[in-house]
Amino acid sequence: MAPLETALMPALDPLALQQNAQSVGRPVYLVDGTRTPFLRAKGRPGPFTPVDLAVQCGRPLLMRQPFAPTLFDTVILGCVNVVADEMNPARVAALRMGMGEEMTAFTVQINCGSGMQSIDTAFRTIQAGKADLILAGGTEALSHAPLVLRRDATEWFGRFAMAKNVGQRLRALAGLRPHFLSPVIGLERGLTDPVTSLNMGQTAEVLAHLFNISRTAADAYAMESHQRLARAQAAGDLTGEVVPAITRDGTLYEADDGVRPDSSMEKLGRLKPAFERPYGKVTPGNSSQITDGACWVVLASEAAVERHRLTPLARILDSEWAALDPSIMGLGPVMSATPILQRQGLVREDIDLWELNEAFAAQVLACLAAWEDEGFCRDVLGLVQPFGRIDHQRLNVDGGAISLGHPVGTSGSRIVLHLANAMRRRGDKRGIATECIGGGQGGAMLLEAV
Amino acid sequence: MIEVAEKGVRAALADREREAGPAAVQHHLTHWRLAVDEDRVAWLTLDRAGEGTNTLSATVLAELDAMLDRVLGLSPRALVIRSAKKGGFAAGADIRDFRGVTDAAEIETRMKEAHRITDRLAGLTFPTIALIHGHCLGGGLELALACRYRIATPDAKLGFPEVLLGLHPGLGGTLRLPALIDPVTAMTMMLTGKSVPAVKAKRLGLVDAVVEERHAAAAVKAAADGTLKRPATSLKSRLMVLAPARRIIAKRMRAEVEKRAPARHYPAPQRLIDLWEQHGDDIRAMRAAEITSFAGLLAGETAQNLIRVYFLREGLRAAGKGVSDIHHVHVIGAGTMGAEIAAWCAARGKRVTLADLNPKALAKAIGIATEFYDKKLHSSIDRRDALDRLIPDFNGDGVAGADLIIEAAAEKVEIKRKIFADLVPRLKPGAILATNTSSIPLEMLRDGLPDPGQLVGIHFFNPVTKMELVEIVAHDGTAPDVVQRAAAFCGDIGRLPAAVKSAPGFLVNRALTPYLVEAFLLMDEGVKKEVIDRAAEEFGMPMGPVELADRVGLDIGLEVARTLRETFPGEVPDIPAWLETKVKKGEIGRKVRRGLYDYDDKGKPRKGEAGTPPADMADRLILPVLNTCVRLLREGVAPDEETVDAAMIFATGFAPFRGGPLHYARQRGIAEVEATLHRLAATHGARFTPDEGWARLRLGA
Repeated sequence: MAPLETALMPALDPLALQQNAQSVGRPVYLVDGTRTPFLRAKGRPGPFTPVDLAVQCGRPLLMRQPFAPTLFDTVILGCVNVVADEMNPARVAALRMGMGEEMTAFTVQINCGSGMQSIDTAFRTIQAGKADLILAGGTEALSHAPLVLRRDATEWFGRFAMAKNVGQRLRALAGLRPHFLSPVIGLERGLTDPVTSLNMGQTAEVLAHLFNISRTAADAYAMESHQRLARAQAAGDLTGEVVPAITRDGTLYEADDGVRPDSSMEKLGRLKPAFERPYGKVTPGNSSQITDGACWVVLASEAAVERHRLTPLARILDSEWAALDPSIMGLGPVMSATPILQRQGLVREDIDLWELNEAFAAQVLACLAAWEDEGFCRDVLGLVQPFGRIDHQRLNVDGGAISLGHPVGTSGSRIVLHLANAMRRRGDKRGIATECIGGGQGGAMLLEAV
Repeated sequence: MIEVAEKGVRAALADREREAGPAAVQHHLTHWRLAVDEDRVAWLTLDRAGEGTNTLSATVLAELDAMLDRVLGLSPRALVIRSAKKGGFAAGADIRDFRGVTDAAEIETRMKEAHRITDRLAGLTFPTIALIHGHCLGGGLELALACRYRIATPDAKLGFPEVLLGLHPGLGGTLRLPALIDPVTAMTMMLTGKSVPAVKAKRLGLVDAVVEERHAAAAVKAAADGTLKRPATSLKSRLMVLAPARRIIAKRMRAEVEKRAPARHYPAPQRLIDLWEQHGDDIRAMRAAEITSFAGLLAGETAQNLIRVYFLREGLRAAGKGVSDIHHVHVIGAGTMGAEIAAWCAARGKRVTLADLNPKALAKAIGIATEFYDKKLHSSIDRRDALDRLIPDFNGDGVAGADLIIEAAAEKVEIKRKIFADLVPRLKPGAILATNTSSIPLEMLRDGLPDPGQLVGIHFFNPVTKMELVEIVAHDGTAPDVVQRAAAFCGDIGRLPAAVKSAPGFLVNRALTPYLVEAFLLMDEGVKKEVIDRAAEEFGMPMGPVELADRVGLDIGLEVARTLRETFPGEVPDIPAWLETKVKKGEIGRKVRRGLYDYDDKGKPRKGEAGTPPADMADRLILPVLNTCVRLLREGVAPDEETVDAAMIFATGFAPFRGGPLHYARQRGIAEVEATLHRLAATHGARFTPDEGWARLRLGA
């Protein structure tokens, strides 16, 4: 992987990023992509592990390519909660999908941005001329997030395991405390920022306060997310993008199962705050759902497009990563998308379509508010004029993580793929996919129709 | 995991994998090599000249005898016996030596000499070690049992399949196995013929250690040093050796065995039980009795017929050798047959796309495949890999990459034609187009194809996972290399290809139809269905015709019978009207739990008492099958008698101990069979009139 590592360097170095922005590089195309239906976690491990999902998603995608799966240069997969049986899930998935023992593969992790990080890394590698064909994606089985032993329990277990004779063992046994047996749910820890110790939902509460987002506005946004997804499902707008998944016992999953077409303000209004009771505004109804799912996209250089006679969906023009205070991580899209436009000499009106990951309704609305906020735009983004209002009809037009769920390692891939598909369907010229990232970061990617 | 065709780095290192002992060979005979390592351990390697697999012929054993002289001369610290063959230790006796032997006394003499040599090995005073990989069966296992230690690699499979040839172990197996492991387990292994994988063999105490090949040399050294731990014989095992216990257990075994293989058809299992019951505590007496019993069985009709079946299988298997160049199979239609074909191919290492327009059918197919894999594939890795290779194809995208397309859609010419027309523009160059049709002549499907030479019939039988035979059906324009590749594909997936010509019903269904329709006529005459089935089962059929018709599905059976009746009016009798009514009502057999029989939740028929069938009933059911077989031969649908016999045994389970329908006719006497047919024709109708082909059989005999 030595050549790839050098290709990766610019992506991770902010200084180099800016230089890279000016250097043009080779064109990079998003050729095709699929995702599994997103499956709601139902309180117990779902039918698929992260790699199972990646295999379910990838096999049909590879099958419909006019070239052999062994012809990819490498495989990059985003995954946050890697399960112990599947270390480096990218490589396990590549082997299980029949891409050959010589296929290099690595896994990337930047929390909610992992699925976009994989695409971005592939983009920059191809752009730099180090590869022609890369399979990139994300996978996540949040329902498989492990139960974690408490630290003191782990230490006790270690002492017990090391005990060499009966006396030592008895002594070790005496140290057992009842609370050792109540494990921590790994997912809960994973969704809590380790620096500020704020839960992700709490960061959305902070934004709701700072940008004056009401509970009603958040609920209305959430309701529409469900209605939009339901419309897209019914119209067949997800056909080809969503491929069915079948469990080993023969259960068929054809569509995202978290959608609630009958969602109403009244029903949403009844829900209690999930994170900050009793006064909070963020409820299970206006937050993204906890789901399992995978997504893959095929990225190709011009040469690969010609060699295999591929039909690109879109061209990736640029990408950006940004970071800010973890307690307001939800503004990540604003911080990462704005510099792309500035760099590319584009204004808000030049972007026909936005996929802004719906971590929380309040967080999405806070981003929109920030872009309209004169003071924020001037002081934080350095804009002379406010960025302006993003047309609701150009934002998350087919629903988002609130209605279909947010498998954290996957969402970044999903919004890029869906942006490309939706742009094509609507005849749009340019689009941006962007997301906030737990820990206080943001990622954005600019696509252009071909 | 989906396999990729290219060879990898590990494959390039394959030659280094096996621990072959010291390189410098001290002595070399035709089949054996002897070398001594720096620890003064002698390595005796069996490498049968001119063969891919090790078997124990008389020469191999005589050379072993000579080698043991050499070994004794070296006074080694220990002796290792292992195989140089990739496939395994040894597959058993050389069955070619068993063919056509009829003189029991001569066999006894041969076996006594063989025993003398293995006893000599067993009597050596220094440690003797069998280092076992792959197959270690029959005589091979008996050789290993004559060693003090058995060290196996994880891929080893050990067992006594003799019973499948109508025999029981004859080279000390019946005495050494029950003395080594739990006697009831030992008897079960010998009675069922099932082999056990290495890990289970270790648990049973059949092998002393299971080690990876890379630790084989170290394990051998440990055995030579006496530091290799051996399992102790359990108290229960020692108690079961006592005569009263043996009597009780033997009685239970007899009852169990009789259910599966009645003694009048299959004498070997009962003889084996006798041996153990009578001599289970006396190794010397057991040895003498084993030899006598083995010789008697081998010279008998059942064993000779089953040995014939063994060679019939080998013959078909040989036709399946060669290179198929088929890595990706695309199956169209996720019905029962399509789903099973796909699941089977994936289990056997092919990448499979299973296409169906109905996603629910695909999901069901995956569920069924999982059930099968959970039962038949032993490691969770194998199960996962098979499921990874079995790819549900919702849009038919798999066509473009497939080397072989198997169409298993509904049995309608128009549907199949439409499927082919849609496929053709998307086929990869060199891809084979196959149909699993059971009755439509290929000539009707060939028209409209730009290259009719690429069309071949690959006809599987239900259930695919059990029935080994596959009919390879060529029409008059099928390219010869397509037929060859289709046959090689069968070889790849462990199935037996039988080349037949395209004619309605091909070989098996056409020969079997009279069996089913005659049963319907008997029912019409008021004979109880249980009686009809019993008559056929007593003849040795695995399933009576009434139950079989339900199993096949009355709708399918009716369709096939109708087609055949149109083409061959004299051969298939009138189909009773009540059968059509039943099909119209949807009572089409086992799959809907209601057909000629009613079925319980587990799919078992609810049968009433069956009285004794009249003497000629079996003839009425079986002789039309024989008659049709003769006609098929005369018409050239099947190339030879062996193919007919093999096809009927491996596709329908036709009484294997009878050696096949035509072999049965020959053993019974061609003239006698013809006379009986004439007699039946006089009583029951012209459909029994002997085919003119009998004359040629009579002359050729």
